[in-house]
Amino acid sequence: MSLTPEMIKHIAKLARIGLDPSDIDATCHTLNDILGWIDQLAEVRIDDVPPMVGTETEPLRQREDTITEGNCRDSLFSCAPETSGPFYTVPRVVE
Amino acid sequence: MTYVIEGQTGPWEIVVGLEVHAQVISESKLFSGAATAFGAEPNTQVSLVDAAFPGMLPVINRACVAQAIRTGLGLNAHINLQSRFDRKNYFYADLPQGYQISQFEHPIVGAGRITIELADGQTRDIGITRLHLEQDAGKLLHDQDPSHSFVDLNRAGVALMEIVSEPDIRAPEEAGAYLRKLRQILRYLGTCDGNMEEGSLRADVNVSVRKAGEAFRTRCEIKNVNSIRFVMQAIETEALRQVTLWESGQEVEQETRLFDPSRGETRAMRSKEDAHDYRYFPDPDLLPLVLEQEWVDTLKATLPELPDAKRARFQSEYGITFYDAGVLVAEQAVANYYENVARGRDGKLAAAWVTGDLFGALNKRGATIETSPVQAATLGRMLDLITDGTINGKIAKEVFEDMLETGDEPDAIIERKGLRQVTDTGVIETAITTVLEKHAKELEDYRNGKDRLFGFFVGQVMKETKGKANPALVNEALKARLKSS
Repeated sequence: MSLTPEMIKHIAKLARIGLDPSDIDATCHTLNDILGWIDQLAEVRIDDVPPMVGTETEPLRQREDTITEGNCRDSLFSCAPETSGPFYTVPRVVE
Repeated sequence: MTYVIEGQTGPWEIVVGLEVHAQVISESKLFSGAATAFGAEPNTQVSLVDAAFPGMLPVINRACVAQAIRTGLGLNAHINLQSRFDRKNYFYADLPQGYQISQFEHPIVGAGRITIELADGQTRDIGITRLHLEQDAGKLLHDQDPSHSFVDLNRAGVALMEIVSEPDIRAPEEAGAYLRKLRQILRYLGTCDGNMEEGSLRADVNVSVRKAGEAFRTRCEIKNVNSIRFVMQAIETEALRQVTLWESGQEVEQETRLFDPSRGETRAMRSKEDAHDYRYFPDPDLLPLVLEQEWVDTLKATLPELPDAKRARFQSEYGITFYDAGVLVAEQAVANYYENVARGRDGKLAAAWVTGDLFGALNKRGATIETSPVQAATLGRMLDLITDGTINGKIAKEVFEDMLETGDEPDAIIERKGLRQVTDTGVIETAITTVLEKHAKELEDYRNGKDRLFGFFVGQVMKETKGKANPALVNEALKARLKSS
């Protein structure tokens, strides 16, 4: 598969990444190189191989329904770029 | 009953499917040990997993899985013993991870169905496509500051069940009936409290229109409608908008819209161009969810009696009508109350008192069945006193009013007010004599063929005995007297 500059702009928008127009061609080139490299995987025959989701053979671990975490707003906020009172704040987003 | 929109080019049929997000009742979140209680101080029920700190791993809450299975069973649905979690990627300020853990290709619950009842008494089956587990997002507040949105992550990571219906709904009324029934089943199961005001139950509505016999046309999705009434209004409004578009030669574009109840319109939220491309892929942090059939069977064996089954049983066991049974099973607490009144007694009489006098009194007081001033046992005792002839139906109303006011036992009230029914025929005969003497004119009219006056005499005799006479005995004695004299 090959990405066009239009697709690059679309992906950047979905990822909320600001991309300088002068960087689009170079990004397109780099991403296409990566995709091309990964495309080698398509050469492997997997018709008879069931899909694999991991190397773990244990079943999914489940926990009991008890409250074991929370009440740590101060430590959470110590890593936040911006807060106000009991809230995180972000640039205004309204749809 | 067929619902159509009469357009300029003829009738249009509407096609509706609902996606309902139901918040799972659990102590802690789907993948973390933070609490889920509604209304807590902002950002206090947030773990490092919920806030998406690097390296934090999700561990699934077994109780949430059980709730999803129980809901699936309650919706007569297929339980998938193997399901999987996927990442649904999008960037938004209420989603710290940058993706929502959801189930895309392999949901925990497959196809099922709900039977809905319509106003005309008819029933219809609405197909359930699937139910899957996913995380809720945080909450954004936009009205606190002109340039910032405020974020509360207490809700982030709480377990949701997304319940998707087939596009089987053909009228706003059916959508309302579907939501009410779904809500009822969830509440009976105790898997979601169904509280739409607090957002525990939210609906996305897919609407399209078509001419009879056509294939489906393009649909629009109306997001996050938060009351049953608004869902019905939104469908009507959106369907009309689409009919107008098609009939003026325009196309309906597939898009997400918002319903604005104050203006009675839907408007575009995200255009097609901006439509989310979620780039789903299996979550590498979570292994497939594999269920033991034995566990599913255990959960099935412990399901409560659901509304449809209870309704049928009430009809057969207590001899009440389909309608009354429907009213009584609408809420589990009401059904339990009724059953405590009706058990071992006259079921019809019990239904009349619960749906009539009791509901009326609760309404007037703004009370619920849980806060009712009259307990089921006390009401039951009063019915016993009607049945054994201690009081008649009319006096019972007076006793009941007193019970509501004082909370006293019916026996005590009857004693205190001297309301015991008069079954002494001597007393009744004396009262009849008095009445007939007082109303010689009416007596003459009666004799001259005005039969309707019989009821008048009964009323007067009851009045003479202060309402305490046994009406059957009065009827009998009065008939005999009027015939003989």
